[in-house]
This record gives sequence, C-alpha cells and structure tokens, in this order.
Amino acid sequence: MKYWTIRLFKERISLQINRRWVVAVAISGLLVFSLFILNLSAGSSWISPLNVLSQIFGYTDEYAFVVETLRLPRALLALLVGAALGVSGLILQSIIRNPLASPDIIGITSGASFGAVLFISLGTGVFSMSYLPFAAIVGGFITAIIIYLLSWNKGVTPIRLVLIGIGISAILKAGVTFMLVYSDTYITSKAYIWLTGSLYATKWSDVTSMFYWMLIPLPILLVLGRTLNVSELGDDLATSVGINVQVQRLLFLLCSVILAGTAAAHAGGIEFVGLMAPHIARKFVGRSFVGLVPLTACIGATLVLVADLIARTAFLPLDIPTGVFTAAIGAPFFIYLLFSNRNR
Amino acid sequence: MLKSRFSKSFGFILLVLLVISLFFCSLAMGQTTISFKLALEVLTNYDPSNTEHLVVATSRLSRAVIALCIGMSLAIAGVLIQALTRNPLASPDLLGINAGAIFFIVFAITWLNIHSLVGYMWFAFLGAAISGFSVFLLSNFGRDGVTPLKVIIAGTALSALFMSFTQGMLVIDEQSMQTVLFWLAGSIAGRDLDMLFSVLPLLILALIICLFLGKSVNVFSAGEDIAKSLGQNVVLIKLLIGLIIIILAGGSVAVVGSVGFIGLIVPHMAKALVGIDYRWIIPYSALIGSALLIAADVAARFIISPMEVPIGVMTAFIGGPFFIYLAKKGVAKQ
Repeated sequence: MKYWTIRLFKERISLQINRRWVVAVAISGLLVFSLFILNLSAGSSWISPLNVLSQIFGYTDEYAFVVETLRLPRALLALLVGAALGVSGLILQSIIRNPLASPDIIGITSGASFGAVLFISLGTGVFSMSYLPFAAIVGGFITAIIIYLLSWNKGVTPIRLVLIGIGISAILKAGVTFMLVYSDTYITSKAYIWLTGSLYATKWSDVTSMFYWMLIPLPILLVLGRTLNVSELGDDLATSVGINVQVQRLLFLLCSVILAGTAAAHAGGIEFVGLMAPHIARKFVGRSFVGLVPLTACIGATLVLVADLIARTAFLPLDIPTGVFTAAIGAPFFIYLLFSNRNR
Repeated sequence: MLKSRFSKSFGFILLVLLVISLFFCSLAMGQTTISFKLALEVLTNYDPSNTEHLVVATSRLSRAVIALCIGMSLAIAGVLIQALTRNPLASPDLLGINAGAIFFIVFAITWLNIHSLVGYMWFAFLGAAISGFSVFLLSNFGRDGVTPLKVIIAGTALSALFMSFTQGMLVIDEQSMQTVLFWLAGSIAGRDLDMLFSVLPLLILALIICLFLGKSVNVFSAGEDIAKSLGQNVVLIKLLIGLIIIILAGGSVAVVGSVGFIGLIVPHMAKALVGIDYRWIIPYSALIGSALLIAADVAARFIISPMEVPIGVMTAFIGGPFFIYLAKKGVAKQ
C-alpha cells in the first residue's frame, strides 16, 4: 500500500495520499518546530527550551520581554518569510517549467525593491507605511510582466527569461541607487535600512501584516493547484482538457509575486531560498504541485530559521543580515544545479 | 562597417579626435562652466592663484584622466574576456569578477587592516583572479553541458554570493562602511589621481601588451584546434589573456569600484565598425571605451544637477537595455 485513497460525497471529492508524503511533511514540520524553539532559546542569553515553552503557554512570566517581545516575532517572521519565498519559487518553477527560476534570479525581487524604495521616497508622509508591501508587490508584478513580455519570441525559453531577468535586475538596481542618491538623507537612510534587509528589530505588527498578505494566494493555490501539473505537460494538452492556460499562468504569477513581494517588503532581499526549497522538496516527494506546497513551505522556513539563527548568534553582539547566510549556502547549490543537469 | 585599411585608419583618427574633444568637455563642463580656452591653459601654463584653474586642476582633471584610462581598461578587458570564453555576453562584471575584487578589497580593509592604495590593488587582483578562475573553470566544464548563457547565470550567482558576503562584512565593521561604499556604487568623482597612479604602471603595461596581441587573438578565436595546428601555444595564450583581464578588471575596480557594462557593450560596437580582426578591434575598443565612460561621466553631472549620478548607475542605464537586446537577439546561441 503506497497510497491511501480517500473518497467522499459519492466520489465528488477523491484523492490519493502518498504515504511517503505524509512522512516527509511530518518530519519537516517537526524540524521547523524544533528550530523555531531553538531560535527562541538561543541568543545573547540562553533560555532553555522548556522555559521557552512554559513562557509561551503562560506558565511563567519570567522571560516575557526576551521571548515574547524580542525573539518570538522575529522567529515567526523568519518562518513566514521562508515559507513564502519557498512557495513563490515553487510556483515560478512550475509555470515557467524551469528548475532555475526563482523570484530573486528573474528580477521580481529587484522589482519589489524598486517599488518599495519609490514608495518610501515619494510616499513618506502621504501614505501610511503599512502600504509598503502593496508597493513592493506592484513593483514586482510589473517587473514580472515586463520580463515575460520581453522574453516572448514565439514562446518563452527558460534561459532567455533568466537572462532578460538579469538585465532588468541590473537596470532596476541602478534605479534604486539613483533614487537613494536623489532623495534627501532622511529618506535615504530609511530606504537603506530596509534594503539591507534583515529580520533585525521585528515588531508584532510586521508578523501580522506578513501573515495577512500570505493568506491572499492560499485559496488560489488550493483550488487551482491541481491544474498546474496538467499545464506542465504542455499548453496544448492543458487547453484540450479545459484549462485556460493564459489566465491560469497570470493568476499563479500574481500569487508568486504577492508571496515574494511581501517577503521582500518585510525582510529585504533574502536570496536563493526560493530556488533551493522546491528542489529539496522534490527530492523527497515527486512532482505533485499540491503535495509540494506544504513541504516546500516547511523547507523554506527551515532554511531561513537556520540562516537567521546563525546571523543572530555567530557574531554576537552583532546581527548580520540573514541573506548573507542563505547566499552562502544557495549560490554554490545554484551553480551545482546549473552544471549537473546536462540535458537542458 | 568599415572595409578598407584606409577607412579604418581614418575612423581611428576620428575616434582619437572624439576622445580628445570629450576630454576637454570633461574639463570644461559641470557646475561651473569653464571655457575650453581656460581648460587648455591649465594644461599649458597653470596658475594656482586662479580659482577656475584650481577647479579644473583639483577635481576635473583627475576625473577626466581616470575616466580615460579606466574606460580603456574596462573595454579591453571586455574584448579579451569575450574572446577567451567565446561568449558574446561575457564581461568582467557579469561574470562576477568585479564582485570578487570588491569582496577582497573589503576583506582586506575589515580583517587585515590594510589601508594603502597599493594594498587595495593587490587584493583586487587576487579577488579578480579567484573569481575569474572559477568562472573559467565553469565555462570549460563538460563538453556540451555548458552554454554561454549558463556561464552568465553562474557568474550572476557568484556575484550575488560575493555581494552578500561584502554586505555582511560591512555590518560587522561599520567603521569601514564609509570607505567602502564607493566601491559598491562605482564612482569616478572624488578620486585622487594618486589612486590611479598606483595602478597605472600595470594598466599601461597590460594595454601595451594588448596592442601586440591582436594577431594571436585572431588565431585563437578561429577555434582551439585550428590555433593548435597553426602552431600556437594555446595554453600560454589563454594564461596571458587571463592575466591581462585580471590586471585590467582588478585594477579598474581598485580605482573606481564596480562600473558595469562598458566591457559588454564596447566590443560589440567595435566589431560592428571594423569586423572580426582583433588587430583593429582592440585599439578601436580602447578609444570607444574611453569616449563612452568620459561621456557618461559628463552626462552624470547634469541629469540631477546639483547632485551627481554615480557612474555605475549611468553605465547600467545605458548597458542594461543593450544586454537585454543581445539576449533577445539570441546572440548567445552556439
């Protein structure tokens, strides 16, 4: 018995659950949980995991400030950002049908940065800063559309898409630098703090806003997720079984951009997580998109939690940007990926 | 496309004139406009008591000279790296060589307390060599598994890696932040000529060698088998070209920081003008590179006057679209 088959409502809802998948999700979920607790324990002062748990569940109030005000929101944000980046990369790799795609490599992240910095330099004092994620998402989405259209030449080849993403990224990064030079000092420093993106000084409000933004793509993923696997077999086949390929692609692109954009808006440019997490997830369970979503989310969360743990504790009392450590693991992994599959 | 030897020589003379006139524009134009006559006087009979002379001599002259030399170096580094990797999209910045050099400069400042220009230069060479060598290994990896595009993408990943390490070090040592920021943005303004002079001897040596390399590069670019059968020592040529790229790209980074895209665009322009003969491509590229960087530097003074656009931003605005155009054209198909 490799699968459990579930049939409900006279087979209106029926699914098969792969046992391997259950095991993989359970293990990665446990891993995330234990890392999460470790993140709450470790820091300038060590608090034993038991004390952390009793603090969270209200049996003691001894560590309230350190755990609940300092570490808990930060660890939660790391978890959410990691999950968002992982799933964002998974969606992109699926709709572009290319294992190399990820929001930072094809320029969505730079687009989000550009939108956010533009918002900071023009909108400060006019709009509330809680609209920052929205600006980042709009920037990322416009960038994604531009890149997609520019790469279109009787279809989109993956490698051309990545290349054009690199070019657009370079222009956008230059644009960000330009805005930093052009704006006055107060705004520049504000934008720069945001750009160097770390999880430093996370507030509870950041966590809740990240969480609400992440809820938006969820229904689309759940309802339409199954159709993505069909589309991977090719546009013609997908059309013939009744999927509107263009609409589906646009919707999923929007989901991916919302996830990557909010992650960038809350934690700056954390790179390579969106690339690595889906690959690691596929190693454990096959190609089912809906099955991959929770696993990729867990693995993405694991990566960012580990990176942030190192960033917070390795160079005490300093706090290194989390992205440094994701890049340290991610870049070699990426180059290995590039050169390991010969047939692409 | 210039065909005959006469028209190529004529074009060369025109380019020299263009560079000279741009050089004087760079001396004369800016916040305070200075007449060309005055700019010329600074070079012929300098009068330290004259404020306008002082403006030219203290800030503009060094900018013009640096833009001239670095434009040349970056362009030729681009020509050679494209010839060496047989990749029309290659350039020192896209392959991660600039980021590697910057990383090592920052490393030297942060951990080894090195604060001399010559020290920066040697660390820039070391970084350029290490990252250049990695990319070269990658491009020679396997027989069919590697396309020019993959090498570019790998270079981008390498750049991202070096950049985030650099940022991490800046956070650890905020003292050096101010010293380092200009290498990250790429800038010609506010550089003393001293910075250039510490690197200049090596740059000039490399550029002179390049003038005699044209024929060998022609043979080399015909393909390795042909080059071997014509009696060329391919390994030696590769090493020599690699060494020159490291000196030119690393030296440029030590002086002006990361200025991208000059090395990518210029070789294409030169090839459009004079075809495939490297004996012409190399000198043409040198002049076009100088002209482009001086012009970009002059334009950078006016766009958001009274402030200045960092030169690295200018070159990305010019070069980014060109890169996209090349990628669209599918120029990298083998």
